[in-house]
Amino acid sequence: MAATVVAPQVLSTSKRGHDSSAGSLLFLAALWLSLAMAIVFLMTLVVTTAVDGAGRFDSALITEYGSKLTPDTTGLRAALLGTLWLMVTTALLAIPIGIAAAVYLEEFADNTRWYNRLVELNLQNLAAIPSVIYGMLAVGIVALVGIQRTGIILVGAVALGLLILPVIIITTREAVRAVPREIREGSLALGATPLQTTWRQVLPSAIPGIATGTIIALSRAIGEAAPLLIVGVAVTVRFDPTGIMSAFTAMPIQIFNWTSESREEFKVAAAAAIIVLLGMVLLLNGLAIFIRNKFQRRW
Amino acid sequence: MTTTAPIISVTGGDDPGPTSLAGSRRPGEMVVMLLLRVAAFVSVAVTVGIVIALVGPALNFFQQVPVSDFLFGTTWRPNFAPTEYGALPLVAGTLMTTLVGMIVAIPFGLGAAMYLSEYASPRVRRVLKPVLELLAGIPSVVYGFFALQFITPTLLRAWLGVEVGFTNALAAGIVLGVMIIPTIASLSEDAMSAVPDALRQGSLAMGANRMQTTLRVVFPAAISGIAAAIVLGISRGVGETMIVALAAGSQPNLSPDVREGMQTMTGYIANTAGGENIVGSVSYNTLFAVGLLLFMITLVINMISIVLVRRIREVY
Repeated sequence: MAATVVAPQVLSTSKRGHDSSAGSLLFLAALWLSLAMAIVFLMTLVVTTAVDGAGRFDSALITEYGSKLTPDTTGLRAALLGTLWLMVTTALLAIPIGIAAAVYLEEFADNTRWYNRLVELNLQNLAAIPSVIYGMLAVGIVALVGIQRTGIILVGAVALGLLILPVIIITTREAVRAVPREIREGSLALGATPLQTTWRQVLPSAIPGIATGTIIALSRAIGEAAPLLIVGVAVTVRFDPTGIMSAFTAMPIQIFNWTSESREEFKVAAAAAIIVLLGMVLLLNGLAIFIRNKFQRRW
Repeated sequence: MTTTAPIISVTGGDDPGPTSLAGSRRPGEMVVMLLLRVAAFVSVAVTVGIVIALVGPALNFFQQVPVSDFLFGTTWRPNFAPTEYGALPLVAGTLMTTLVGMIVAIPFGLGAAMYLSEYASPRVRRVLKPVLELLAGIPSVVYGFFALQFITPTLLRAWLGVEVGFTNALAAGIVLGVMIIPTIASLSEDAMSAVPDALRQGSLAMGANRMQTTLRVVFPAAISGIAAAIVLGISRGVGETMIVALAAGSQPNLSPDVREGMQTMTGYIANTAGGENIVGSVSYNTLFAVGLLLFMITLVINMISIVLVRRIREVY
């Protein structure tokens, strides 16, 4: 999202009498209600789910494998490890390509060329393509390469990596764009080549912004179930993943499966798993906000 | 602000000499540039890959099922004996859930955007925007669980007394709408914040109050950006999978009654992909035909949104 212009300061200082007419107050109340509704919804979701899952915040939830036979002690062990493997692989795939693409588009691409404009247009479109489609793409790529099993970490990571690639590119471009021209010109004037300028001046200055955007992108990927469902991630996994070619399950898939089960114990387990997943998402978002507030430079 | 010392130390070891910039291209740098360029074009390859991955199996599907039957047929029964592949019920399901979602998302999203852009002090905005972002960050499978466990049994049945099925388009649509609120709020706020202050000051100087300024000056000035935000919200709603897979149901249904369960395009994909699909089988090809239809629909919607965004850039 583009940097917001702080505009209405002029307005907020001028508290005039006719702002407190009945219609105006009603309007303001309606606006307030819109925001309050969103916050109330968020709180209801967290509280009711936590209450639903209260019975299952035990060690078995973390240490046990998922089980159809013993719903009381079914656990997230395989899903937690699978998600960890999946996220690391996704990050390794998507971050280098995303940053390289963003740097090219922002620093070197000639925007009057049609193919560079095509890349722009394409990025905007890719960012809004449904996530299920990325699962289908990953399956298609795998069929092309000739890997037999699709429900492995590598394929899942390809799907999620391609899914978050546009987000990483867009946020990295914004971070790079925010670095003032003077820094580039100073570097160039001292004899650095454009690439040296990018590598030693622009990128280091943009790191907080890039890190923030990348972490937020990963926090989206961690909760994505749809592409993994298409890829054919296993329903019940009773072993730890051993490598990127290993079959696996992931947190959102485990939650989806438990929610689809009819027995009540699985709903409780799903609610508990949701709280764990929300904790992970919150942690990542908190980290991103921390980095943004602590390290982001304003010029 | 910066002292000169670090800059000198950075370039000190290189001794670039007095040559001109244009002439100092090195072979190593050419390779790096090429890699950067390749990375940028990966995104184009992704789009091409999507089209190829979808069109191949879909073509196989259309060899067995005429395109007109698929697009205009009113019965979707891919799994039972007299199989019929009319996708209209799936499209209708998507339409109904998205419609409910937009009825929730547009007023609340715009309300939140107007407050954040025109009324909130910078400090309030700094607190509220992350909360909205958090709402956008909640995994959709969690929203689906919430629709199934709270919205349907508690909110709709117990509190509001609406007779709904165990899975229904109404609950799915409501939750879908809440999920879309941050998208609409955030993009609309950007559009309204981009309206020049001179317009607001002019309006206030003429004696309008803040509500009139917001509704009659800022809102119309930002309308194409707001429209783009709404269109993008629609695209999100059409493509959302896990909420509808869990909460909207799995029976294809042409009825306009949102209290009934209905299967959407994405819902069908999610429900079918969960099982075993052998590559090249009819069910596998059907999956990709529906995927292609979904891709085409969202592509058109996205293009409308992009064109709308371009229009605001031209004005200011």
